[in-house]
Amino acid sequence: MTGTDDRSKGASERELVLNQPNGRNSAGNVRKFPPEVRPAPGQEGEPGWASGLRKLYNSVVDEPLPDSFQDLLKKLDDSDDA
Amino acid sequence: MREQTKASPADEGFRKELMSVLPHLRAFARGLSGRSDFADDLVQEAAIKAWTARDRYQAGTNMRAWTFAILRNHYLSELRRNKRETDLDEGAAERMLVMEADQEGPLHLGDMEAALQQLAPERREAVLLVGASGFSYEEAAEIAGCPIGTMKSRVARARADLARMLDDDPEKMLASRSGR
Repeated sequence: MTGTDDRSKGASERELVLNQPNGRNSAGNVRKFPPEVRPAPGQEGEPGWASGLRKLYNSVVDEPLPDSFQDLLKKLDDSDDA
Repeated sequence: MREQTKASPADEGFRKELMSVLPHLRAFARGLSGRSDFADDLVQEAAIKAWTARDRYQAGTNMRAWTFAILRNHYLSELRRNKRETDLDEGAAERMLVMEADQEGPLHLGDMEAALQQLAPERREAVLLVGASGFSYEEAAEIAGCPIGTMKSRVARARADLARMLDDDPEKMLASRSGR
């Protein structure tokens, strides 16, 4: 991993905050962030598991809906078309 | 059912919004239950519940939070009814063994999933809502029906648990990062 020098200014400021010693495991630090500045997916400077958790989650979000959901669409359609 | 109800623009809007949150509901349900077939059943049942209760949804509020709460409550009542946890825990424990043998390697999603399933249920739910779905503590507390302080401490504990399970040596890494 490289330093933060070569990153754009906004990004490196955020990195700096995230790289504070107790930014990794202590949720006491994390909870200071309002939702809009929470680390973005895949952001460096956070524990691997944190991005792993989002990757896991997003891997499901990105899956196409299984065929079984076609029936669901129909059920909802039926109840409002009838 | 609502055979007599005509499709109103509001219903159509609701249906579209509901459909758009399905992938998120699937991810949440998968994370909660650790089982994709069970998770998809939960999502479909929750979607139908949401549709049936659509009169109680206030347009312009948070559809994702609203449906997550429905799914979560449905999941808990299904758990109580079916006691599916037992075989789930066995599967997760098996995968944990694989994970411990592979600590040097990069974090695999299977490891992540296994670790997630090792968490206490309320911590798993908390870290899924805040750490994965991106809800605020306030929204997550509302979904889980607990005080915000409780949600914060659940997330903190889940994070500590995951760090302990998944970071090979958190203290060492911490020390090197802070220059100690």
